[in-house]
Amino acid sequence: MNNTLISLVKKEFLHIIRDRRTALITILMPLVLLLLFGYAISTEVNNINVMAVIDFHSDKSREILKKMEVNSYFTFIGLATVEELDDAMKRGDADAGLVMRQSDAQTEYQIIVDASNPNMAKTATAYLTGLIEPAGNSLVTTRTLYNPRLKSSYNFVPGIMGMIFILVCAIMTSVSIVSEKESGTMNLLLVSPIRPAMIIIGKLVPYFVLSCIILAAMLGLSYGLLDIPLNASVFNVILLSMLYIVLALSIGLLVSSIVSTQLAALIVSAMIFMIPIIFFSGMLFPIDNMPQVLQWLSSIIPARWYISALKKLMIQQLPVSYIVHEVTILGFMTLLILVIAIKKFKTR
Amino acid sequence: MNNSVISVRNLTKRFGSFTAVDHISFDVSRGEIFGFLGANGAGKTTAMRMLCGLSQPSDGTGLVAGFDIAANPEMVKRNIGYMSQKFSLYEDLSVNDNLTLFATIYGMKNQEIKKRKAELYDFLEMTDIKNSLVRDIPIGWKQRLAFAAATIHNPKVVFLDEPTGGVDPITRRRFWELIYKVSSEGMTVFVTTHYLDEAEYCNRVSIMVDGRIKALDSPNELKLKYGVETMDAVFRKVAEGAQRSE
Repeated sequence: MNNTLISLVKKEFLHIIRDRRTALITILMPLVLLLLFGYAISTEVNNINVMAVIDFHSDKSREILKKMEVNSYFTFIGLATVEELDDAMKRGDADAGLVMRQSDAQTEYQIIVDASNPNMAKTATAYLTGLIEPAGNSLVTTRTLYNPRLKSSYNFVPGIMGMIFILVCAIMTSVSIVSEKESGTMNLLLVSPIRPAMIIIGKLVPYFVLSCIILAAMLGLSYGLLDIPLNASVFNVILLSMLYIVLALSIGLLVSSIVSTQLAALIVSAMIFMIPIIFFSGMLFPIDNMPQVLQWLSSIIPARWYISALKKLMIQQLPVSYIVHEVTILGFMTLLILVIAIKKFKTR
Repeated sequence: MNNSVISVRNLTKRFGSFTAVDHISFDVSRGEIFGFLGANGAGKTTAMRMLCGLSQPSDGTGLVAGFDIAANPEMVKRNIGYMSQKFSLYEDLSVNDNLTLFATIYGMKNQEIKKRKAELYDFLEMTDIKNSLVRDIPIGWKQRLAFAAATIHNPKVVFLDEPTGGVDPITRRRFWELIYKVSSEGMTVFVTTHYLDEAEYCNRVSIMVDGRIKALDSPNELKLKYGVETMDAVFRKVAEGAQRSE
């Protein structure tokens, strides 16, 4: 390592530290997002308000009511008449109702659900059906692999990570380089004997370190608080994430060589890189459900491959051999973007 | 000719069919204050970028501090200093941090940096503010600091790109005292300016029009030659026929 590089890196760290507000946001935002998606925003269906309409009592009906009361997916509101159930559903107090009637020797069941939220309705129906048919009677057995408790945070953690690194690396790097262009200090660096490659490395190293700190915090939170199973693949998760961080840094570098104002850097990084990640990375909407054209589009988005590989490592706990495809694509993208970015930077 | 620090012959820069700098030739000797004037768009900036090793000439040759600007831009960069019109410095670093950074960038050793900084603080009367952040100091100080940063490594030539823009006349006057000081110590000063009264302070002045050098001499000779009283009038006479403007 030479002196010049050290002092460039030191200078960049001073920038980051002196701008306390930005530094704080950069470190805290990922953690807040992770906690938000991990706890608050959940696609699981919980606390379904259920009423029961029963015109008889039997061992069977008592068993079903008991199950409903202890099951955390349901909140049992109470017994009601058909009219009362209808009323409660209109008011929104009840999400679902279970009607049990005795006809001849058989029990007839009817499930009534509020389908204004189709996702909730489907899940509620499935849960209630499960209550009525005792497990032993069914011919179908279900095994939920990889995420047996169906926790949505398992799905979100990789998505958030895919988003955060682009946000931190691409936006911060591009803004910091462009701000040097704006203030004219970049010109001073360029007329100095430092090689352009050094200037680039001096910019990238601090943000790489910062990203690694964020990575450590996010992994700590995921494994510690969100109960993502800790296993041997943590090391691989870190290596994979570092590759992705380098990729995100290269994107920042590329953006900085295209635009000339901080605002433009922010907008380009946010619009061109963030929004597609949210929609096309498979974080919220499954890629397989998309029209073919959008599926092609999604494959040029780096986050898609990172998130996919991360899911395999963190949630499915698969060995590295299963993510060779993703890693190859990410590696290729990194190389391509880095080469273009450095070329553009030098010719300026 | 041994005494010349900058030596330019037929230096040309073309961008496509547009010739920004058109076969300019001149010499600047050691310790000289050389004024490089011209209207906006005349090609000053392009010429200066070539002399600083930032841009390759399309044609012609240039020697700066003894090194060829086309063949050896790295060595040129090592031996020059550059101060931009915006007094570019790192605003959120202290005065001291800025100087240390630029000294390290120019490959100075720690001992040397310490000594040189002490000299500069003394020379610029900046000892009291050395730990202030640059964004907190007045513009006149920023200008002096930018100058210090550009000359900390004792370059053979310092390029000053409109170094007095936006500062009041007293500050400008004080800045020119600095320029005289370093030039008396043997540093060559290559300066562009829009203030024509400042052109009077230069040893020699060149005036660029449409990519060519239309006039080059000492201010007194130029005034005599064009039969006018001030450099302002000289400039207007020379730049009269200009085709290009921004």
